[in-house]
Amino acid sequence: MSATITHDELLDTSGLLCPLPVYQAGLALGRLEPGQVLQIITTDPGSLEDIPALARQRGDELLSATDHGTSQRFWIKKGAAA
Amino acid sequence: MTTLVAPVTDLNGLAPTKTKRIALVAAKGTLDQAYPPLILATTAASLGWEAGIYFTFYGLDVIHRKRSRRLKVASLANPAGPIQLPNVLGAIPGATAAATFVMNKWMKDARMPPVAEFIAMAQGLGVQFFACSTSMGVMGVKQEDLIDGCLVAGAAAFLDYASTAEVQLFV
Repeated sequence: MSATITHDELLDTSGLLCPLPVYQAGLALGRLEPGQVLQIITTDPGSLEDIPALARQRGDELLSATDHGTSQRFWIKKGAAA
Repeated sequence: MTTLVAPVTDLNGLAPTKTKRIALVAAKGTLDQAYPPLILATTAASLGWEAGIYFTFYGLDVIHRKRSRRLKVASLANPAGPIQLPNVLGAIPGATAAATFVMNKWMKDARMPPVAEFIAMAQGLGVQFFACSTSMGVMGVKQEDLIDGCLVAGAAAFLDYASTAEVQLFV
């Protein structure tokens, strides 16, 4: 299912630790228009909790999250309020 | 194998109705302790929160133009430090420099930005830096000794800011 989600921007944070994936994702979401989708690739295991928290706190929508063991992928749709 | 991490509907039920605020007190001036308040404030700002850090006593070194670039971590009396030495050896010349070197290497190898870059990241996201006026008086620090963008203020001003913060932390 998640493979079919199209994104407007792809952010690869492989190799980066907290808070850098969240920091870079916040900047990327700031560049997008409401309704656009950001795909984020992470390798920090904390991201499994951090990226959903980012979306929740910003008022964006986490469309999907997949765990591939050593990496994770997230799709966030920017909300209207953010 | 690909697995869904968490039910998406459970994660998005609580859209914030107003901007949250975090108020941090940074009271320590060692290399290791410079990071936590900067990391928390930068993260909070990334979440869309207002964030402010009140730098007081040795914490002032973190926003001091010169001292900020020479922050150190000691081996002496630091059983969890980057190099493990008995205290009697931690007191010898070079022990602190060695521990600082190792910690800086740790951070660099982990691709963590140096303190100066974290400060720029935080300020770029609008994090408010407060400089404790009492500490400045006690320690002989002047406004021009501090990096740009610091608001010199006392305890009342910070408490006024913190009084409407959902999160307050002393680091």
